[in-house]
Amino acid sequence: MSYSRDLLDSRELWLNLTLRELRSKYKRSILGWGWSLLNPLATMAIFTVVFSVLLKSDPDPGNPSGLHVFALFLLCGLLPWNYLSNCLTGGMFTLVGNANLVKKVYFPRETLVAASVASWLVSFLIEMAVLLVALVVFGNMVLPWIPALIVLMLIQTVFTLGVALIFSILNVYFRDTQHLVGILLQVWFYGTPIIYPIKLVQDHADGWMLRLYELNPMVQFVKAYRNLLYDLRWPSAATIAYLVAVSFAVLAAGIAVFRRFEGRLAEEL
Amino acid sequence: MKEGDQLGATGRPVIVVDSVTKHFRLYNERNQTLKAAIMRGRRARFEDLVALDDVSLSVAEGTTVGLIGENGSGKSTLLKCMARILRPDSGTIRVDGKISALLELGAGFHPELSGRENVYLNGSILGLSTKEIDRRFDGIVEFAGLARFIDSPVKNYSSGMYVRLGFSVAINVSPDILLIDEVLAVGDEQFQTKCAEKFAELRANGKTIVLVSHALGSVRAMCETAVWLQSGKVRAAGPAGDIADQYVSEMHQGREGEESHGGRWGSGEGVIERVELIGPDGQPTAHVRTGDAVTIRLHYRADESIARPVFGVAVHTLGGVHVTGPNTREAEVGIEKIIGQGHVDLQVPRLLLLPGTYDLSVSLVDHEILHIFDFRQRAVRFDVGPGEPQESFGGVTSLGGVWRWQPDGE
Repeated sequence: MSYSRDLLDSRELWLNLTLRELRSKYKRSILGWGWSLLNPLATMAIFTVVFSVLLKSDPDPGNPSGLHVFALFLLCGLLPWNYLSNCLTGGMFTLVGNANLVKKVYFPRETLVAASVASWLVSFLIEMAVLLVALVVFGNMVLPWIPALIVLMLIQTVFTLGVALIFSILNVYFRDTQHLVGILLQVWFYGTPIIYPIKLVQDHADGWMLRLYELNPMVQFVKAYRNLLYDLRWPSAATIAYLVAVSFAVLAAGIAVFRRFEGRLAEEL
Repeated sequence: MKEGDQLGATGRPVIVVDSVTKHFRLYNERNQTLKAAIMRGRRARFEDLVALDDVSLSVAEGTTVGLIGENGSGKSTLLKCMARILRPDSGTIRVDGKISALLELGAGFHPELSGRENVYLNGSILGLSTKEIDRRFDGIVEFAGLARFIDSPVKNYSSGMYVRLGFSVAINVSPDILLIDEVLAVGDEQFQTKCAEKFAELRANGKTIVLVSHALGSVRAMCETAVWLQSGKVRAAGPAGDIADQYVSEMHQGREGEESHGGRWGSGEGVIERVELIGPDGQPTAHVRTGDAVTIRLHYRADESIARPVFGVAVHTLGGVHVTGPNTREAEVGIEKIIGQGHVDLQVPRLLLLPGTYDLSVSLVDHEILHIFDFRQRAVRFDVGPGEPQESFGGVTSLGGVWRWQPDGE
């Protein structure tokens, strides 16, 4: 009861913490916010050269859009992935990084994690806007799909917030979480069809292995993003249902874990 | 103390602490690694430390309460539990009203952001809405005296400016209950005066204040009631003057032989080897009473001849308030030259210091007070217990005055 009241009262705090993250993120760097675009562009360039030019990876054209550009195919998966990976890493360091604050002032601690996620959501939105422009330039008329895209991004935010909550608190109690996460993120990255089409896995794996692979929420997220942006068609109802269910389950788990362990935060930090 | 004992006889209770117990885990190893956890089958080995042991008390609205006790007695832990930073292991704390804690000033300031941005950020951390901060912004900046610098990043602030801004935000939150952990001594004298006025104003407006302090003087002066914590338990609670007296007289035991709490510097041609406080019985002591005849004796040794030296003594409270600083030049003692060993006495026929703990600093300097031969900061610490004159309303020193009553027409 008083808890939800706290959250309501802390909306402005959350907003201010988000602004702090955003303002300080690129302070004292010459390019400033440019970095937020340059980073994915650099990754895109590298992956395009390695996988498209050197390894001759050639995903099927978008169906029914007919779009056939590897860089755009890649970005449709890479941007949502970056969002998750940034939030996970950022969330992991947010409690540890604000230890001084947590030890000296009371405020609902989850606002720190929520602010970190919100600040990455802003970056994600900017990157996505640029991707939309690029898609239109290359002849993909994505504009009617934007409302659906926004809903999908919201679902992913629910998922991401849950993940960030879990890892933020885990890293307080076990500092080697941060090293483990480095490995986890690599496995997760290659276990998600970002640089390769999902068809590749479907062709090579079958039965339980494929089913296991498809349980990875990020597989379904990337599938849905690509359907909307690259193929220009609706994701399957099963995909959306699965994503909604998993996202809210992960958020519930995140909140539960956070509540369970936040009591001793000020001592453990 | 019994459960539900109320501090401050009148007014409804706004903080009710009910059988609160808090344990801390002291980890033997620093590294809280997963490997260690797996190898041992549990996280890290830890020792249990009881910081608060079944503490119950209640604070009435509009009172100012001091929490006193030695380091590690649990007073800061209790304050943090009240502020909801720490969660008690058992027991409950009910707080009625908006609370603001001054545990560290400027906690959460971001060095790269401007003072203005930080005021908004810190204000919202302390629970203010943007609108409320808008309304108070000018007052906050004015109180901190930082109007010129408010748009530069706080990393360029001096530490004094930083603390002043933090204090100003915290105090302007206008809480119903203010929790303060020994942060009263911030900034220069002018700012301290402003703070004292602000506290007086808050008290006059019926705000409740809980103050953790080592400075018994400020507890006596500011608080109506005090709680003495010892090893996590409430040892005594009641009127601030009484509790402070009890505390001081108990601290009397075990002060013996405690010396040199501060720094020492100087060129060393002459040194003050030893400082003694001599009590009424003629014996060196660390415990005297108000009204005692005492002597402060400085034993010196000069390896070279020093012409027209000046010996000085300064008395400070633990809170850093400079009480007095007599020296032999102003008293025109006329020491022409020292060589070898000897001692200089400052005889005090009637000690006017009020009960509390004080530090004695001593110095040996040249006649112009430019060159320092030896300076021993806080060389001796001593306690003053209650004596004559008896003044239970706090303060640092008695005036030694005499009351006379003279009705007109007689």
